[in-house]
Amino acid sequence: MASTGDLEPTHYPARRAAQVALHYLNTHHGSPFRVFGLQQVHKASAEDVAAGGRKYKLDFSVTDWGSGSAGPALRCSADVLFPRTERHSAPKVELHCEALQQINSTAQEDDAFYQKYISPDSTVSARDIPDSFGNMSEEMQPFWRLARVAASFIMLRESSENTEFNMAKVASITQQESSEEQLMLEFVVLLHDFPSQEIVQWKLLASWSPDRGVRVLQTEWQPRCPHATKPPN
Amino acid sequence: MILARKFYSSKMKGLLVLTALFVAVFGKKTFEGDQVLRITAKNEAQIFLLKELSEQEHLGLDFWREPVHESLPVDVYVPFHSLQAVRVFLRYNQIQYNVMIMDVQDLLDDEEREMVKYRTIPRSTDDFVYTAYHDLNSIYSFMDMLVAENSNLVSKIVIGQSYENRPLNVLKFSTGANRPGIWFDTGIHSREWVTQASGIWFAKKIVTDYGRDPVLTDILNNYDIFLEIVTNPDGFAYTHSRDRMWRKTRKPNSGSSCVGVDPNRNWDAGFGGGGSSSNPCTETYRGPSAHSEPEVKAIVDFVKSHGKLKAFVSIHSYSQMLLYPYGYTSTPAKDKAELHELAKKAIASLQSLYNTRYTYGSIITTIYQADGITVDWTYEQGIKYSYTFELRDTGRYGFLLPADQIIPTAEETWLALMAIMEHTKNNPY
Repeated sequence: MASTGDLEPTHYPARRAAQVALHYLNTHHGSPFRVFGLQQVHKASAEDVAAGGRKYKLDFSVTDWGSGSAGPALRCSADVLFPRTERHSAPKVELHCEALQQINSTAQEDDAFYQKYISPDSTVSARDIPDSFGNMSEEMQPFWRLARVAASFIMLRESSENTEFNMAKVASITQQESSEEQLMLEFVVLLHDFPSQEIVQWKLLASWSPDRGVRVLQTEWQPRCPHATKPPN
Repeated sequence: MILARKFYSSKMKGLLVLTALFVAVFGKKTFEGDQVLRITAKNEAQIFLLKELSEQEHLGLDFWREPVHESLPVDVYVPFHSLQAVRVFLRYNQIQYNVMIMDVQDLLDDEEREMVKYRTIPRSTDDFVYTAYHDLNSIYSFMDMLVAENSNLVSKIVIGQSYENRPLNVLKFSTGANRPGIWFDTGIHSREWVTQASGIWFAKKIVTDYGRDPVLTDILNNYDIFLEIVTNPDGFAYTHSRDRMWRKTRKPNSGSSCVGVDPNRNWDAGFGGGGSSSNPCTETYRGPSAHSEPEVKAIVDFVKSHGKLKAFVSIHSYSQMLLYPYGYTSTPAKDKAELHELAKKAIASLQSLYNTRYTYGSIITTIYQADGITVDWTYEQGIKYSYTFELRDTGRYGFLLPADQIIPTAEETWLALMAIMEHTKNNPY
C-alpha cells in the first residue's frame, strides 16, 4: 500500500520518515542538554527511486526538548531514503536545518556536566528513568537525554517504512570507567515501536564528551521476559 | 592490611580535619548527598578491610549489610562528608562497588511526595488526588464514593468480569429512563495510564457540571452517559505489580507460554486481518476468536442489549490523534465527511485550551492498518459517532506521562468530548 507523490503531512507515511530524520538529527546534534523532537511536518512527498527503494522529501519543524516548551521551532528539510534490500539496511538521510548554529549554545552546561562526572570516582548508577509515574530527578535529566541520543543511533539503524520508534524509558544507566577522556555509559533502553506496539530492549555502550559528542560503541538486543511468563499457579 | 593502616594514618588524618570542618559547617541534619554503596568483596582479605572500615566510627557509616563473606554483597550507608574518604579507600584497595542510592535525600523526597499523595485515604471525591496516578483499588473506591455522593445522577453497573475475575465497572450518568446513550472507555490498553486518570477526572467533571454548565446539562437531560474507566483491570493491576509496559489482557493462551490478547484487535470487524497478529507472543495478538476476551465480550453484550447508543469513544494514548473508522479497510466510512468535519471541530476545541496539536483522520490512513478494533465494530453496529482518541504526548514520555500532565490532558480532551456529545445531541438519528 505505497503512497507516491504528495503525502498528507500529518499521516503516518510522512510522519515515519520525519521521525527517521529526527533520529538522524539527534545522532549528530544531540547532547546531555539537547534532544530534538518533531513539532510538525509541513510538506511531504515520496517517490520510488531507480536503484530500488523509496525516497521521501520532507519539510518539517523541530523543537528542542531541552529548552522546554519555550524553545523556538527550527525549520528543517530532509531526504530520507528507505532502501529495498533483501535484508534490512538502515535508511539514508540527508538533512538540513536552518539556524542550527544560532540556537542557544549549551556549552556551559555540557562542560559543567562533563567536569562533574569525568572524575575517576564517579560511578553513576540508576534504574527506571523515568519511573512508572513519569518522574525523573533533575540530576538524571542529562543522563536521560544522553540515553535518548544514544538510542537514536539504534532507532535510526532499525527504522523502515513500517516502524515508528520512540524511547519508552531507560531501564538502567551504569557509568563505566572513563576512557580517552570520554564519559562511558552503559544504558539499557526500552524502545517502543508504534505500528507493532512492541517494546524492544537494547543494551548499549556509549561515550560522550563536549568535543566528540555521543558515540555508540556497542549495541546488543535483549529479549524481554514478560511475554513468556505464565501466571503462577 | 598493613598498607591500609599506613594509608589510614597519613591520608585519613587529613580527611579527619576536613570531616570536622564539614560537620561544623553543615550542622543541620539532612541526607543530601548521602549515598548507599553496594560493595563486592572478592576475597577474605577484602572482607577484613571492610570490617576495619566499619570500625572507623568518625566516618558515620551504617552497614545495612555487614561484611561477612565474599559471596555476599556489603551494603553501606555513607554520609556525604565521608564519601570521598570511603571511595578513595575502596579504590586504593581495589574493592569493587557501585552506587545503589545516589542521593538519599532525593529518594526520601520522592517517597515523601508519594506518601503525601496516598497518606489520606480520600473520604470524598473532593479529597481525591486527581493529579496523581492511582491503583485499581483506589479507582474502584473513587467510583463507589462518586455514586454515594451523587446517587440521583450516578449509578454503577457491573457489565461482566475480567479473566482474573475482577468486576468490569461502568458508571452510568442518567437523569431519566429509556434514554439513548453515549459511551466512553479508558484504559483498554493498561499501560496507557493517562487515559484511566483522565477517565476519573471526566467522571468528576460530569457531576460537577450537571446543573451548572448548560450544554452538558442539556446533553444529560436527553442522553445517558456511560463511562468505563478501567476497561482492562487485569492488565492494569499487572502494570502496577509487575510490568509497567503491559498492554494486553492477562488471559493465558493455550499452546503458548505467552499471556494475553490485544483487546483492541479482538473485535468482530475485519477480525483476523493483516492489521493484527496471530502470534500470542506479540502485542497485537488478536486472540483465538473474535470477542474471546471477557473484557471485550462484556462491552459487546452491553452495546447490543442497550441498543440505543449514539456515540462511542474509546480512549488510548499516546500520539495526540482523534481517529474515526475504518482501521481494517481503506474503503472510506459511509459517514466519513461528517466524521471528518466533527473531528476537525473537536480538535479545534481541544487545541484552544493549551495549544496542544492533534492530528485527525481515519485510522488506516492516519496511524496504521488495524483489524478487529473497537470502533470499527461499534460503527458497523450502527453507532455513527464512533471515535478513537490517542491522548498526550507524541513520544517524549509516551506511556510514562508525568502526573502533572493528567489534568491538562483531561481538560483539553473534555472539550473535544463535549463537541462530539453536543453534535450527537443536535443530530439525532
